[in-house]
Amino acid sequence: MIKTKTRPLSPHLSIYKPTITMTMSIVHRITGIGLYAGTVLLAIWLIAAASGAQAFAPVQQFMASPFGRIILLGYTWAIIHHALGGIRHFIWDTGAGLGPERYLFARLTLIGSLVMTVGLWVLGYAVR
Amino acid sequence: MTSTSTMKTPTKLVRGLGSSRSGTDHFWRQRLTALANIPLTIGFLCVVYATLGKDADAARAVLARPFDAFIIGLFVISGVIHMKIGMQVIIEDYIHGEGSKIIALALNTLFSLAIGAACVFAVLKLTFGA
Repeated sequence: MIKTKTRPLSPHLSIYKPTITMTMSIVHRITGIGLYAGTVLLAIWLIAAASGAQAFAPVQQFMASPFGRIILLGYTWAIIHHALGGIRHFIWDTGAGLGPERYLFARLTLIGSLVMTVGLWVLGYAVR
Repeated sequence: MTSTSTMKTPTKLVRGLGSSRSGTDHFWRQRLTALANIPLTIGFLCVVYATLGKDADAARAVLARPFDAFIIGLFVISGVIHMKIGMQVIIEDYIHGEGSKIIALALNTLFSLAIGAACVFAVLKLTFGA
């Protein structure tokens, strides 16, 4: 390939003022990574359950501890946010939703994820 | 593309080679599993709710019910395929060294397979009994 002079690069993330759509896109990827890592907890939970009550009880105890609950609360939020972001992607896949309404979608993803997370936990405390 | 051994442009080197005929495969599978993940996540949450506040034996009995085990199994399989493809996209976006990229892709596949196998095995053991 012919050698060329170093050319100016196109502007990247750091040069733009953050927007809600950009932030929700980044959060979608971060929650995806979080959900990925969190599958280890799911595997531990299920393997312990399969191993017997003696192995399962301490795992249950950990999940129910304040620290465990904070992790599970975060995991709930991550999965809901990622799901709502995914639904947004489905709308975009049809070609719709790319106009100014994208700002509304981004806000709804954030607000919806917070409201649904609280709702799911209230329901969780109600049914237990 | 830093090769200096040829005057050909990168485009010229690949033109006419044709497509691999699998270009949209990941795109499609990512959306298919995403769609499946929505009802499966709701189903999984229902199983989790059924275990809340129960002691180890009672919670294990919930996970061992055939339908609950079935839902968890599907949730894990669909989720693991989805996360494997998603992490591959992230690796391809951010890891540019050829060697480290291949290692990361391999680890991603192995991790996803291990998690999937562990969860499915555990669920089958629970539902089929000791």
